[in-house]
Amino acid sequence: MAKRDIPEINAGSMADIAFLLLIFFLVTTTMDVDTGISQKLPEKQDPNITPPKLKEKNVFVVTVNRNNEILVEGDKYLTVDKLRAETVKFIDNGGGLGNPIDGAEPAECDWCEGAKDPESSDHPNKAIISVESDRGTSYGTYIAVQNELVGAYTELRNRLSQKLYGVSYTQLLKDSNNNPSNESYKIKIDNIKGKYPQIISEAEPSK
Amino acid sequence: MSKFRKKKKGMPAISTASLPDIVFMLLFFFMVTTVMRETELKIKKPNLPKATEVKKLERKSLVSYIYVGKIEGQGGDKIQLNDRISDVKDVKYFIFSERESHPEDEIPLLTTSIKADIKSNVGTITDIKEELRNINALKINYSTLTGNVMDNMKK
Repeated sequence: MAKRDIPEINAGSMADIAFLLLIFFLVTTTMDVDTGISQKLPEKQDPNITPPKLKEKNVFVVTVNRNNEILVEGDKYLTVDKLRAETVKFIDNGGGLGNPIDGAEPAECDWCEGAKDPESSDHPNKAIISVESDRGTSYGTYIAVQNELVGAYTELRNRLSQKLYGVSYTQLLKDSNNNPSNESYKIKIDNIKGKYPQIISEAEPSK
Repeated sequence: MSKFRKKKKGMPAISTASLPDIVFMLLFFFMVTTVMRETELKIKKPNLPKATEVKKLERKSLVSYIYVGKIEGQGGDKIQLNDRISDVKDVKYFIFSERESHPEDEIPLLTTSIKADIKSNVGTITDIKEELRNINALKINYSTLTGNVMDNMKK
């Protein structure tokens, strides 16, 4: 008996089927990466606890009213693009002694490059940014203000990191993300975070 | 001589046998990367604000989304949770149900992403944040696009 070849299955239409599926997934796929401003909300406080007393010069009050106008320290109208520089100036002032770090004696801020104005903030770890917004403020303006305040801290951290380690803080964060096992990045990041802690408080919006 | 002349005739067809392989490779790529939109937007698609200090949201499975925006023909900000228009008071039940679907150790890592329209009122956002604080869901993210913040102020 002659050996008969098994006829090969025609695979020519395989490509068509695959294309069909491919086009389906091409159309349904969304490649959007979610980005945004991260924030950690403060924990609920016990109402019986009295808030610690703060010196007025250590608080930087940013008020946004319902017409989306920004008032700084209660007496200065600013546009959003000027807010960052003003915030940097306040945080970086270093006019006095800071909170003690790790039980050490309260010390001056020797990494600050500010004007050392005694009327402005004492130390970055005492400087508090307080945002007051109205219920009628538009969300866009609110985000713009938040962005500028966070940006001010990033600017200062970048500068310090550049001075201490020769790379920017943003680059450090990136490197640390890429090498999660490398502890040296984390130590550097924590050091810089400790020198410029981000203290942004939010007051309840006025009705 | 005739042997050689025969060979000259016609171009050999390019084998397309590996075409399915290539297509399948692409197919698998898109199958893996595709994210089906699990919620249908009931509100008008929020026009997200722009910011420069943005962070990428890692691990999407840990993120729950709250949409804030307007509905055509209706005033006021509306909050959408999953695929329903909801009240601010429902936010906590929404977060509780999100927590149930995650193991215990992942709960502190859960992030709430607020996708709010640029024209929403801060009051609405504050109400949501207050609810989130009440149930200790403290990690939040204001969803933004990357761009110039001055664009947010335009009418």
